[in-house]
Amino acid sequence: MLELFRDANALWVLAGTTLLGISSGVLGSFAFLRKRGLMGDVLAHSALPGICLAFLFTGSKNPLWLLIGATFTGLLASLFLSWITRFSKIKEDTALGLVLSTFFGVGIVLLTQIQHSDFGNQAGLDKFLFGQSASLVGTDVAIMGSISFVLILLASIFFKELKLLCFDANYGKSLGFPMVGLDFFLMLLLVVAVVIGLQAAGVVLMASLLITPASTARYWTERLDHMIIISACIGALSGLVGTILSSVATKLSTGPLIVLAVTLLFFISMLCAPKRGLIAKSLRLIQTRAKVRQEQIYVAWNQLGSKTITLSALSQQSHLSTTQVHRWIKQKKRTGQVVENSQGTFTLSDASWKEASDTALLGLYMEMWHMYEDIETDCSIQDIEQLSDLPESLRVQLQSYLQKHISEEDRAKAYHSTRRAGM
Amino acid sequence: MSSVWIILTGALIASSCAFLGCFLILRRMAMLGDAISHSILPGIVIAFLVSGSRDPLPMFIGAAVFGLLCTIIIQLLRNQGVQADAAMSVSFTALFAIGIILISLFTQQVDLDLDCVLYGEIAYVPYDTWTWNGIDMGPRAMWGAGAAFLLSLIMVRLFYKQFKLTSFDPALAMAVGVPVAFFHYLLMGLVSVTTVASFESVGAILVVAMLIVPAATAYLLTERLGVMLGLSVLIGMICSVCGYFLSVLLDASIAGCMTMVAGGLFALAFLFSPHQGVVTRWWIRKKLRTQF
Repeated sequence: MLELFRDANALWVLAGTTLLGISSGVLGSFAFLRKRGLMGDVLAHSALPGICLAFLFTGSKNPLWLLIGATFTGLLASLFLSWITRFSKIKEDTALGLVLSTFFGVGIVLLTQIQHSDFGNQAGLDKFLFGQSASLVGTDVAIMGSISFVLILLASIFFKELKLLCFDANYGKSLGFPMVGLDFFLMLLLVVAVVIGLQAAGVVLMASLLITPASTARYWTERLDHMIIISACIGALSGLVGTILSSVATKLSTGPLIVLAVTLLFFISMLCAPKRGLIAKSLRLIQTRAKVRQEQIYVAWNQLGSKTITLSALSQQSHLSTTQVHRWIKQKKRTGQVVENSQGTFTLSDASWKEASDTALLGLYMEMWHMYEDIETDCSIQDIEQLSDLPESLRVQLQSYLQKHISEEDRAKAYHSTRRAGM
Repeated sequence: MSSVWIILTGALIASSCAFLGCFLILRRMAMLGDAISHSILPGIVIAFLVSGSRDPLPMFIGAAVFGLLCTIIIQLLRNQGVQADAAMSVSFTALFAIGIILISLFTQQVDLDLDCVLYGEIAYVPYDTWTWNGIDMGPRAMWGAGAAFLLSLIMVRLFYKQFKLTSFDPALAMAVGVPVAFFHYLLMGLVSVTTVASFESVGAILVVAMLIVPAATAYLLTERLGVMLGLSVLIGMICSVCGYFLSVLLDASIAGCMTMVAGGLFALAFLFSPHQGVVTRWWIRKKLRTQF
C-alpha cells in the first residue's frame, strides 16, 4: 500500500478519481434535488455516439476531441429529453429510457461501422465507455482536474441561482431569473461532469457517482450547502477507497470498487444517520409509542378518580389490553412510581398522581385550543409538551373555556335527565 | 436461411419486449427495464460459476433471480423513503459493479465476453441451434424468446383486467381488492424473464430500447390499451425487419440498427401521430385559426 504512494502513475490515478468524486458529488446534489438522478445514466450512454463521431471526423483519439464530441451528443440528448416531455404526453421516465437507448443504439451502429472500416487505430474506443482508470496518465488527470475545478467554481458562483432552480423554479421565474436557461446551464455542467468521468470510470460508474453521494449526503443534513460539501467528501472518499483497494487487489478494476464503496457508504448512512437514518427513526418510534401509552394510562387513571385501582379497571378505562397495562406497571414499579398492594390493586405515587392529573388537564386544554382556534397567543400548538409549557395567560383563557364547556355539558346532561324523568 | 432466422429471432425479441414495455410505460417504470437489464449480470456470472457450463437453464434462473432481486431492493429502498430515481440507480449500479468484480475475480473460470453481454450479437444466433430428437429446430435464442413471449401473452391474457387496472389506477385496484403488489412482482418477473431471454442476442442495453421505444411509439398513436399492445408488437416486428436490412446496407451491428429504426419510427410518431403529433397539432391549430 505504501508503494502506491511512491508510484507516480498510481498517484495520478488517485488524484483523478478523487477529483472526479468531488465534482460529481457537487453536481450530483443539484441533479438529485431536481429529481434527475437517472440523468447521469442517460448522459453517460449518450456520450457513445459523440465519441464515435468525433473519432470519425478527426481520426484521432485525442481525449479533448472525444470529450467535445461526447459533450455535444450529451447536450443533444438532454435537449431531446426536454422536447419529448414538453411536446407529447410521454412521461419523464419513458423519455429517459427512450433517449438513452436510442442514442446508445446509434453509438453502437457507429462503433461497429468504425470497426468494420479501415481505421487502424480504433481499438480502445469502446474502452472509453467502460473506464480504465488504471491507465490514466498525467495529461488525462490534468485535463480532468482543470475541468473539474472549473465546474466546481461555476457551481459555487451560481450557487444561489441553482438553489432557486432546485427548490422553487416558479418563484425564481417570478423574480425574473431565466429559469429555462439556468436549467440548460445545469444540464451543461452535468454533461461535462459525466463526460470527463467516463474515461476514468465508465458509464455505469458515472451514473452511480452522480447520484449515490448526493442521496447519501441527504441523510445527514437539511441544508443545501452542507449537503453539497458532504456529498463532495463522500465522492472523494469513495474514489480514494476504491482506487486504493484496487491497487491492493490488482485483479479488481477500480470503477466497480468505487461503486461498491459509495454504495456501502449509502447503506451505512441509511441505517445510522442521526435524524433520517433507519435506526434513529425506529428509536424515535419506540419512544413516541411509550410516551403515548403513558399518556393514555395517566388519563385513564385520572378519569377513574382514585389513586388505588385494579388492573382490569385501568385496562378497561384506557382501552388497552391487560398485558399492555401490566407491562407499563411493571416498568413503573421498578422506579417506585407504582406500588402493588396486597389485594392485587395498584397505587400511584403522589408525584406521579400529580403528573397524571397534569397530563389529563393538558389533554383537556389542548382540546379547547383545537376547538377555539381564535385564541390569541404567541406560542404554537406544536411546542407544548407539558402543562408547564403553557404560558399563564393562555392557561387562564383555556381554563375559562373549559369551565364554560363543562358547565354547558352539565346543563345539557341535567336537561336530558329531567326530560327522561318527566317522561 | 440464416437471415430469416435472424429476422425471426429479432422480431420475437422485439415484440415480446414491446408487449411488456406497454405496461412499464403506463406504470411510469420505464427505467426499470434498464435497471433489470444491468442487474442480471451477477446472476449470470454466479450461475456460470455454479453450473460450470454455459447451459442456458442455470444462467436463465440466475439472471431472473437477480432481476427480481433488483426490483425488490428498489421497492424496499422506496418504502424507506428514498427518492425513486435514487433508489433505482443505487441498486442497479451496485449489482452491476458486483457482476463486473465477480468476472474479474474469476477471469480464469469465466470466459464470458463482457462486450457480448452488453452489446449482444444477434448475427451469431443461427449458429447456436437447438436439436430435438435429432431434428434441427432452428436457433435456440429464437425458441427462448418465443417461449418468453408466449408466457407473457398467456399471463397478460389471463389477468388482462387486473393488469389494466393496476397500470392505470393502482389506488382503485387496491380498493376493489386486486393484489397490486402481486401483479407488480408478476410483471417484474415477466420483464426479468424476457430481458434474460433477449440480452444474449441484442445485449443488455438494447433490451431497454426494445422495451421502451416501440411501446412509446404505440402510446403516441392510440388511446386504447388493447390497440397499444397490438401496435407495439407490430412496431417491434417492423424494427426487426427494417433493422436487419439497414444493417446489411450500413455494414453495422444488427441490434444497433434495430434500435435506430425504432428511434426513427418514434420520431415519425412524435411528429406526425394523428392526434398527438407535433406537426399535426400545429396543422390543426393553423386550420382552426383560418376558420375563425
